[in-house]
Amino acid sequence: MNKQSNVYTIIYIIVLVAVVGTALAFISMGLKERQTANVNADKMRQILASVHITPDKSQIIPDFEKYITAQLVVNSEGQQIGTDAFSINVEEQSKISDPAKRELPVYVCTLADGSVKYILPAYGSGLWGPIWGYLSVDSDGSTLYGAYFGHEGETPGLGAEIEKPIFCDQFNSNLHMFKNGQFHPIEVVKAGQKPANPDADYVDGISGGTITSKGVGAMIDNCIAPYQAFLNSLSNN
Amino acid sequence: MAEKINYKDVLFNPFSKNNPVVVQVLGICSVLAVTAKLAPAIVMGISVIAVLAFANVIISLLRNTIPTNIRIIVQLVVVAGLVVIVSQVLKAFAYDVSVQLSVFIGLIITNCILMGRLEAFAMGNKPWPAFLDGIGNGIGYTIILVITGFFRELLGSGTLLGYQIIPQWCYDHGYANNGLMILPPMALIVVACIIWVQRSYNKDLQEP
Repeated sequence: MNKQSNVYTIIYIIVLVAVVGTALAFISMGLKERQTANVNADKMRQILASVHITPDKSQIIPDFEKYITAQLVVNSEGQQIGTDAFSINVEEQSKISDPAKRELPVYVCTLADGSVKYILPAYGSGLWGPIWGYLSVDSDGSTLYGAYFGHEGETPGLGAEIEKPIFCDQFNSNLHMFKNGQFHPIEVVKAGQKPANPDADYVDGISGGTITSKGVGAMIDNCIAPYQAFLNSLSNN
Repeated sequence: MAEKINYKDVLFNPFSKNNPVVVQVLGICSVLAVTAKLAPAIVMGISVIAVLAFANVIISLLRNTIPTNIRIIVQLVVVAGLVVIVSQVLKAFAYDVSVQLSVFIGLIITNCILMGRLEAFAMGNKPWPAFLDGIGNGIGYTIILVITGFFRELLGSGTLLGYQIIPQWCYDHGYANNGLMILPPMALIVVACIIWVQRSYNKDLQEP
């Protein structure tokens, strides 16, 4: 048989690709369940991190079920439209330009001391790729409690510092989103500077990570602002 | 085959005398990218050993059937398939590490060491020596990765495999982690230092 003929070459490559493709399809199907479980556990870990709960790997799912006592999906009017916050894709929602059309997930967390915190997810872009985060708010709907930020590929030592405590811990109970009846999501500004809006509470960005820091600010602005009505209804209660 | 193959040389030469990274200077890209911490460096090394060994064996088994004019494509298909398998397995069993390594597992496909070994060795040798060659070159690559990762994590973060190594009193007395070590350029400099040390021990590697 002539191994250099066109027919042989074409048949050879078709068979090879079919064999490799089939093998990959089976492996992907076989591992799918485990992979989804890993992704979900990681998401739970991040949600819990925003309320300063950092369980061991094996404790993530039990702790999530223990502390996250309810899930809500609200709209920009603050009305509840669903209960399955976990399956909402925050990335897609954050790209809907009209906030009225967004579905806004809320995780209700009851801490060991009985106090209730509301965890709001956010998604945006940093310098090199996507960044995301979870902000937890006190039951007054205004005072912050904590935050977690993650990123895909920000520069280590610069933009990647947003996931470090030195940045996240700035989001604490000194910050309020409602001031004198006005709603201002938290701003992120260069260290030493004041925000454009003098009423807004702010945190310091990371020196050397300006674009990532601005990304965090824009992300909070885009993703947390639609919660205004919901947070307002909390503070009125 | 007329030429007799010394299995020992095939396995051990790539460790030092014919190291793919510091002698052949292949696969530098991933050395820069994944060695900021030791753990991903080790996982990356194991992944490359697995992919390289199996790709070498598969290509060696197929070597007499592969049409010459599409041999690079066939090699790529085999390597890409194996890399996707490794990436899927990591996502299922070592999720944290797979997040850290992100795209670099996928980029094993473009690692010159693989194509280099497949084309230079597996296409012309039987499966067993090809397997040894894959293991040898994979380990040679891993050695450099681990040495680089060791120094970068120790000096850049003060830890090894996540455990604090540099004691707190050093920091109290003014020691600071070298932030430059975690940035990619320092990997190049560390690799250059390894090359320097290796060349000064192996005089026959020195270029005139």
